[in-house]
Amino acid sequence: MNLSIFNPWILTLTTFLPALGAALIALLPRRDRDVRWFALAISVITLLLALHLPAHYREVAAAASGSFAYELNLQWITSPNIHFHIGVDGISLWLVVLTAFLVPLCVLASWRSIHDRVKEFFILLLILETAMIGVFIALDLFLFYFFWEATLIPMALIIGIFGHQRRVYASVKFFLYTMIASVFMLAAIIWLYARSGTFDFLELQHLISSGAIALPGRTALWLFLGFFVAFAVKVPLFPLHTWLPDAHVEAPTAGSVLLAGVLLKMGTYGLLRFSIGLFPAEAHRNAPWIITLAIIGIVYGALVALVQPNMKKLVAYSSVSHLGFVVLGIFSFTRAGMDGAVFQMISHGISTGALFLLLGVVYDRRHTYEIKEYGGLATPMPVYATIFLLITLASIGLPLMNGFVGEFLILSGAFQAKAIYGIIAASGVIWSAFYMLWLYQRTFYGIIGNPVNAALPDVGRRERSMLWPLAAVALAMGVLPSLWMKPIDASVAGILDTQQSVSSASTLQVKVNTVLK
Amino acid sequence: MPPTAADYIRILPEIVLSVWGMIVMFVEPLLPAGRSRKGLGLFAAAGVLGAIAATAYQAQPRFAGFGFNHMLRIDHFSIFFHLIVLLVALATILMSLDYLPFQKIDHGEYYALILLGSVGMCLMSSAVELVLIFIALEISSISSYILAGFRRQAAESAESSMKYFLLGSFATAFFLYGVALLYGATGSTNVFDIAANLSNKMHIEPLAYVAVALIFTGLGFKVACAPFHVWTPDVYEGAPSPVVAFMSTAPKAAAFAVLIRLVIDTASPHWFWVIWIAAVLSMCVGNLGAILQSNVKRMLAYSSIAHAGYLMVAFASASNRELGISAAMFYSAAYAAMNVGAFAVITQMSGSGERYSQIDDYSGLGRRSPVLAAALTFFLLSLIGIPITGGFFAKFYVFSAALRTHLIWLTIIGVVNSGMGSYYYLRLIVRMYMFEPRTEEPAPQVRFGVGMAIAISLIATLWLGLLPNAVLHYTQAAPTIFASH
Repeated sequence: MNLSIFNPWILTLTTFLPALGAALIALLPRRDRDVRWFALAISVITLLLALHLPAHYREVAAAASGSFAYELNLQWITSPNIHFHIGVDGISLWLVVLTAFLVPLCVLASWRSIHDRVKEFFILLLILETAMIGVFIALDLFLFYFFWEATLIPMALIIGIFGHQRRVYASVKFFLYTMIASVFMLAAIIWLYARSGTFDFLELQHLISSGAIALPGRTALWLFLGFFVAFAVKVPLFPLHTWLPDAHVEAPTAGSVLLAGVLLKMGTYGLLRFSIGLFPAEAHRNAPWIITLAIIGIVYGALVALVQPNMKKLVAYSSVSHLGFVVLGIFSFTRAGMDGAVFQMISHGISTGALFLLLGVVYDRRHTYEIKEYGGLATPMPVYATIFLLITLASIGLPLMNGFVGEFLILSGAFQAKAIYGIIAASGVIWSAFYMLWLYQRTFYGIIGNPVNAALPDVGRRERSMLWPLAAVALAMGVLPSLWMKPIDASVAGILDTQQSVSSASTLQVKVNTVLK
Repeated sequence: MPPTAADYIRILPEIVLSVWGMIVMFVEPLLPAGRSRKGLGLFAAAGVLGAIAATAYQAQPRFAGFGFNHMLRIDHFSIFFHLIVLLVALATILMSLDYLPFQKIDHGEYYALILLGSVGMCLMSSAVELVLIFIALEISSISSYILAGFRRQAAESAESSMKYFLLGSFATAFFLYGVALLYGATGSTNVFDIAANLSNKMHIEPLAYVAVALIFTGLGFKVACAPFHVWTPDVYEGAPSPVVAFMSTAPKAAAFAVLIRLVIDTASPHWFWVIWIAAVLSMCVGNLGAILQSNVKRMLAYSSIAHAGYLMVAFASASNRELGISAAMFYSAAYAAMNVGAFAVITQMSGSGERYSQIDDYSGLGRRSPVLAAALTFFLLSLIGIPITGGFFAKFYVFSAALRTHLIWLTIIGVVNSGMGSYYYLRLIVRMYMFEPRTEEPAPQVRFGVGMAIAISLIATLWLGLLPNAVLHYTQAAPTIFASH
């Protein structure tokens, strides 16, 4: 069967199917079992649709006129001039697939742990999926902003309604942090629109790089910062990370998985696509202090993770550290660094998503995340311990696992940019081995301190079906990175090409200026 | 020149409303005392639908233009505000159908007052003669005074009505005084003549400035913008919830229509700083005040002051007519849709004697009544200005109009304010979803009338948020009509 007839509409379908499913769930009677199965079905179909994208990516990208495949550009609103302009390149392609891959696992993870207001939960989860996919495919700044804000509300509600003790505090903190930061981005977007009359990313990119939109004085810097703040909070970049541990610890398992797996990537994706795509000169100029913050984040996140008595908080801080690597890779402006950053985004989504799912498994049994409550779990839960070990190794970047590829490329990019960046950042790898292995040792080895733990049942069929796929993908990404890397590399090269021309132009400008003086 | 047949068409909606209102008044005493007045309510709703049809008829190009010797003028602008007022009146009547018997204030004159009040408001949007505007303003105000006191057993309702009446009368007096002085300064009471007069002269008499200030005081009261806002929280708190839905939107939209005509057509530069200051004060006072409230109706009263401020921002940017006026018109429509919706939910929730109007009473509404909670959440998100709601584009047009006319500071103050504003709306959403209900009893059943009112507001808010184009084109056609006089 020739599936390529779907090509023009596949993205739209993938994006809005979950929202449609949410609307149908709203109409379904309040029978929890049906709702769960229905949500699972919808999310699995969405995954299948999303898998169409990489399957046909090469032919579609080859046929596409620009750098984006599966592009669709329809007028939505004429005043302001908003288009429904969507498309994916090698970078967003995998983020869409990652999102669609994690959501069915989240549905499985919430199968039993969400037992109150089940219908509401799955409605929110599916709306969230639509919004997350939308963020990665939007090529119209307005559309992007819309999806960006639209992720906020369902996530805040998931944390606030279905979370743990301090859920309301965490939810409000999460909401306010991101909301306030994205207002700056909105201001920058509107400024650009007021000058150019378009929200279209590609048009704006062209207008700015050709100098058709004059950015006098410090305007470019302000615009760059407007976008940057919104993305930096989401990443989260040190010192804007304080909402993250609270949100993670209080969120239900599915919330944590999507928060770490996808929402944080929205920040790094935004940096790569919009901050650098629209304001390359400013990005180059500001790279040193951004890299400094990223490196502080790497070391600081790792050190704080080391001393956490709460395993969920530990993993949350480890995300701060890992995402620091991603930002470092992006702003190294080297091909290796950026390739690695994108690869690391995906692999962090897989391995940290898996870690949160794993923590959810023991939480469902013991209702605590305190490390000291556990110990010796390898005896009653051998399968669980095996998967946990696999994922731990993936997370600390053991060769042949997914984490290695990304970190290695990022570090080599960092060394190319400036040796000192690489040297300090490399210590983060050591720290991550330290805190993860220590966590593993305290949780799984030793004697069973608490007699309750001796009787814990090992992972069941449902849990295995959500954990093994992740472990398999983590391994596959480590063994066969080229499968993922080919489209990524092509798109990164495209971004760097435009970068190079801009930076050489700006160095030329500097030379001219010095000569004139 | 005697009135022509077309002149009567130009006031057809008002005629329909008046006739229907009087019929309701006549029938009311003939009905036996204990009998339900629901039928009268439905009859009144039919009257509003008739007026909407009349407005649609009136919208044909051949009726556009002045009527009754330049007393009023039918154009895109007046049609637009007619429709806002009439739709709000329709929603209000629908949500009152079950509210009135439940509160044991089931009297037919309620519906008559809404119909007659709407006559005044409709007329305000089409009148271009200051004396006619004054009469229309009085018709609309007096019915609002009575409606505010309609929960007659409740002391706070009487207080609300009394306050509204006393302060309102002052305000109308100011307005009338201003009209008289403006006549003295320019020799005319026609908006267009005044505009021509003021723009021709190099030197403008101080009297004209005083007149403008007095008129602004009068209208500022009606639209509840700071510093003329003090009555708002008390009046909204005491008045019956459907009435608040009505009077926080329809008369306000009408008063804004008058303000737009006056600002645009009588030499706007003189108004600029007045509007600027009123906008900033309203936004700040409204948002800061709302944060402190524990009563939902009072909170929304302050929020309505803040929204009057955002609308004023559009006025301040009226130096670019197309942008400023269309932004203001769009905002009026979006605000009417979302606020009526929010008050429809509050009406449904209020309980007998409006006992449940504290923010605490909304705890756990998401569990007790998921549908109502979802609807209210949607309206609150629209009031915050989240995308795909009408509130978003309303704010978007207002602030981009302000940016295009280089009102950078006003925009910054506005954006910061709307950020601040999100706090108290969110607090209510948090209450509804993240707190446990105080009572186990399920929320009262949603009846047909309220359900319809919520549905109308929901569709309008969503429509303005998803496809704002149709409305926007209409509003953008309006300013060109101003210019062509």
